[in-house]
This record gives sequence, C-alpha cells and structure tokens, in this order.
Amino acid sequence: MILRYILRRLAFLPLTLLLVALATFVVLRLTGNPVDIFLDINRTPEQVEALTKRLHLDLPIPAQFLIFLRDLLHGDFGESLQFSGSAATVVWERAGATFQLAGTALGLAVVLGVTGGIVCAVWRDRAADAVISSIAVAGQSMPSFWLGMLLIEFFALQLHWLPTSGYGDLAHLVLPAITLATILLPNFVLITRTSLLELMGEQFVVTARSKGFSRGRALLTHILPNAVNPVLSFLGIQIGTLMAGSIITETIYAWPGVGRLLINSIFHRDVPVVEAAVFFIATTIALSNLAVDVLQMLIDPRIRRA
Amino acid sequence: MTTNMTTSTMKSAKKKRRTLFGKRFKIGVGGAILAIAVLCAIFAPLLAPYDPDTQNLMLRLKPGFWSDKAVAGHFLGTDNYGRDLLSRLIYGSRLSILVGVASMLLSALIGSIAGVIAGLKGGWTEQAIMRFADAQMAFPDILLAILMVAALGGNAINLILVLGISRWMVYARVVFGLTRSLVQRPFVEAANLYGGGDFYVMRRHILPQVAPVLIVVATLQVAQMILQETALSFLGLGLPQPAATWGNILSEGNTRLFIAPWIANFAGLSIIALVWGVNMLGNGLREHYDPKMTGR
Repeated sequence: MILRYILRRLAFLPLTLLLVALATFVVLRLTGNPVDIFLDINRTPEQVEALTKRLHLDLPIPAQFLIFLRDLLHGDFGESLQFSGSAATVVWERAGATFQLAGTALGLAVVLGVTGGIVCAVWRDRAADAVISSIAVAGQSMPSFWLGMLLIEFFALQLHWLPTSGYGDLAHLVLPAITLATILLPNFVLITRTSLLELMGEQFVVTARSKGFSRGRALLTHILPNAVNPVLSFLGIQIGTLMAGSIITETIYAWPGVGRLLINSIFHRDVPVVEAAVFFIATTIALSNLAVDVLQMLIDPRIRRA
Repeated sequence: MTTNMTTSTMKSAKKKRRTLFGKRFKIGVGGAILAIAVLCAIFAPLLAPYDPDTQNLMLRLKPGFWSDKAVAGHFLGTDNYGRDLLSRLIYGSRLSILVGVASMLLSALIGSIAGVIAGLKGGWTEQAIMRFADAQMAFPDILLAILMVAALGGNAINLILVLGISRWMVYARVVFGLTRSLVQRPFVEAANLYGGGDFYVMRRHILPQVAPVLIVVATLQVAQMILQETALSFLGLGLPQPAATWGNILSEGNTRLFIAPWIANFAGLSIIALVWGVNMLGNGLREHYDPKMTGR
C-alpha cells in the first residue's frame, strides 16, 4: 500500500524534471542565440564552430531538445568551461556545503518557528503573541541579504566574534545558518499559530475540554498531533524557498555551495555548470517534497485512505 | 443544537477580543507608508536635493548628519562616487515601485485568466493548466528569474516580464479554487440556463466575487515582487549599474560595508519600510474582506 503510493509519486518525478528540462532548454537555448549566451564578445570563429557542433545547433529544434534530454539522462551536462572536469562533478563537489547550510537552517527554522507558533497560539492576543507575531510579520518584510549584512556588520566587524565569510569550522556556519533560517522562520511561526488556532475551535477539542481535560493536556493529546500535518505540508512547500534562499545566503557569505557556483557560472557564461546546478536544485526540491509526502502519509492514516 | 450554540457564542466572543493591531491600524499605517513612497516616486525631481547620477569624486564616502565629518547638504552622506545617497534613494523608489506594481499586474492578469479558464472549463484544460502551475510552484521563482535574466539581460521591461511570469501560479490557484466553487452555485447555473455564455458568467458573476481576494493577494504580492527585484539586483542580475535602484544601492553598500556601512543600512531601511507597509496593508485588507481569517 505504502509502497504503491511511493511508486505512484515517483512516477511524477520524471514529469517534473521533464518540465524543468524544457524550461532550462527554452530559456538557455531558444531565447536569443545560444552562441551569444555561451561565448563572450571576443569569441573566435573556431569557438563558434565547436559550440555549434557540441550543441547540435545545425539540427532542427525538436532534435536538439531530444539530444539535450538524452545527455541529461546520462547525467552528461558537458565539460565545465571555467573548471576542469565535467559540470556534474563540479556541482556535486559543492553539494555537501549546500546541504550542510540548508539542513542546519531548516532545523533551526522548524524548531524555533514551531515553538514560537505554539507560544503565540496558547497565549493568543496577549503580549507574547503580539510581540512574536509582529516580529514575524516584520521578518517577512526583511530582505535576507540585508539581514546578512547587518549580522556581518555587528558580529563580525564590530564584535569580532565570528568570521565575516568563508567556509571552514563551525564558527563559519553560524551567521549563514541564522540568515537562511530567518527567511523561513516567520512563515513557520505564522503557519503553526494559524493551524493551532483553527484546531482549538474544533468540536473534538471543545469536547475534550468540556470533559475536563486541562488546556495543557488538550494541547498535548488533541491539538499538537493534528497540527503536525499542516506544518509538514507547509515544510514541503518551503523547501523551494530554502533552496532559493541558499543561493542568496551563499553569495553573501562566500559559502562554497551550489548556489554561489550557479551565480558565478552565470557571470562566467559557464552554461553547462548552470544547467547542472539548476538540475541539482530542482531534483533536490522534488525529492524532498516526495519525502515529505511519504512522511505525511505514514503519520496520517486519513491521507492513506484518500 | 445546544453545543452548536455554545461554540458559536464562544467563537464570537473570542472574535470581539481586541487585538493589538486592528485592521484599521494596519490599513492606515500600511497605506500611509505606501502613499509616501508613491509620492516620493512621483515627485522625485522636486524632492531630491541632487541629481542621483552626478558624481563628485572630491566628496567620496562622506557620512551624513550623525557624524561631525558630514558635508553640508548631503543629509544621508555620499557613496563611493560622491553621489548623494538621499537623492539616489528617492529616485530608487521609482524603479522599485514601478517594477513591483507592473510585474504584479502582469502576473495577476496571466494568473487570473488561467485560473478562470481552468475553473470554468474543467476536464483536460483544468488538468493541463493546474498541473503546470503545480510544477512551476515546485521550482523556486527566483531561480527561474535568475535564468531568464541571465539569458535575456537585465532591463526594466525584462525584469517586469521575468517577475510576472515567475509568480502567475499564485493567482491561478486562488482564482481557480474560487471559480470552481462558484460554478456549482445556483446563480451561476441559472445564468447558464438563461443562455449566458462563459464570458458573461465570468464578467457578471465570477469576477465580482473573486475581486476582493484578488486585491488582497495582489497587494501582498507587490511586497514579494519588490523583495524579488532587490534580490536580483543584489545578485547583480537586476538593472545594470549605475541605475539607482534600492537593490543596486544595497549591493554597492555591501562591498563598502567596512568603511561606509550607512549606504547599505539606509537602502535596507528603505526596502524594509516599504515592504512592511505593503504587507501591513495587505493583511489589513484581508481582515477587512474576510474577518474569519486570523493571522496568516
């Protein structure tokens, strides 16, 4: 049963990736002349000829797309133009740093966000709720890159507690992880608060309370277990935001991950690496969403039946 | 019956409880901030003390009013080329608001049309449109925007196009859900029976019902678009320098963080003030149109 569900969801994965492939192909190969995107102004005719051959630009467009797909299936994005080695390897070498940063940030955001949301819902409309909710709404308006700069100004330049940027020991991870977590944190606070408040008005909670359950017991046994799922499905949606945020965070802190590589490669016209990085990010998001769906189904029998 | 009564009275009692920030406060403050920003944008040439692009290399990186090293006339100090920061920020509001509002309108237009069509037609049309929206939803919008700007190049028109295309699904989903539930309502069925075509039903019955929700979503999206534009500028993929956009000023300030932190700070403050105001306005409007919804 569960296996069949997972298999059915897995069947959608190629479809998503096919759309990503199509989007990448359309954007990078069909808008304007690919030669202009891949090569700079000082190109030689030999370079143009080699590129035409490599990208099969002399073939009709559908055929180009099929060749592009075939290479994708082999994980072959071509050789990187600025690093030695294949684009896929170059991206894969940076993946660990991205996972380290994104994982830490997600953990921080979930733990702090859910705790904050619970506090807001339990003490609704009181001082704690007003303060936390207002900070959360303000946090949603904060450009993450500016927060990053403020943190650098304060903790690195003024207090000299933490390094301004770079990669290495745990101290290097602190500021980037906080910056990236802050992008997600307000959303988690507000979604947890809303789901809890909704549940508190439900009949079964009112019944439990009228049967003499204390507020705390009703919260633990009736409300929190039912709030896991809405928060989880929200987490699934936020994986995209997390990966997008990591592009910006990595750029601020010179974190050697896939996001910074992507931006760098765009400026160096290293299109094979750009394609590989986009695919890496899209695949990570799709697989994480799949994992969240499966987890939700394991937790909630209602989803299994639906 | 009695239990229903009690829960409903309990709920209404809860609703009456005063919150710290009422919807009037939110709409008032948010609207005021937005109005100030729009006025700045419109009257920039009158308000700005200097031309935003005039350089004065004698007065590079001078701090503003808070420092005794300040130069008279440059209230917020100057940047690396001796340009007046206040003037650049005032002019920057033009591009930020223009790009934010125009891309919101574009994505609202695409998304609403797609959503209404999917809701009215159903079947294969619905599947095609909504599955496509789902797929794009799973792909980070800024990644798509980065790719498109990298391919097309950054100018105001491209930026609006790119941002518009990257967010249409938000509207499509909302409008689709509402349209589908409306289509099954008796007054729409009656209109159909009287011979009202799809277009008539859409104009007369769907749009008026969808409009308030659309206004709320659109307002909140303007804030997102402004943030997105500054993020792209920060990554160096927005309008090319030396265009005075808040994102460009912020990104320039980033490279001078050590010697001239005020550049990044005032640009950041401008962005957060405007985005926070727009968010407040959107949340206030949401409470106004749909009092049942609290918080998010």
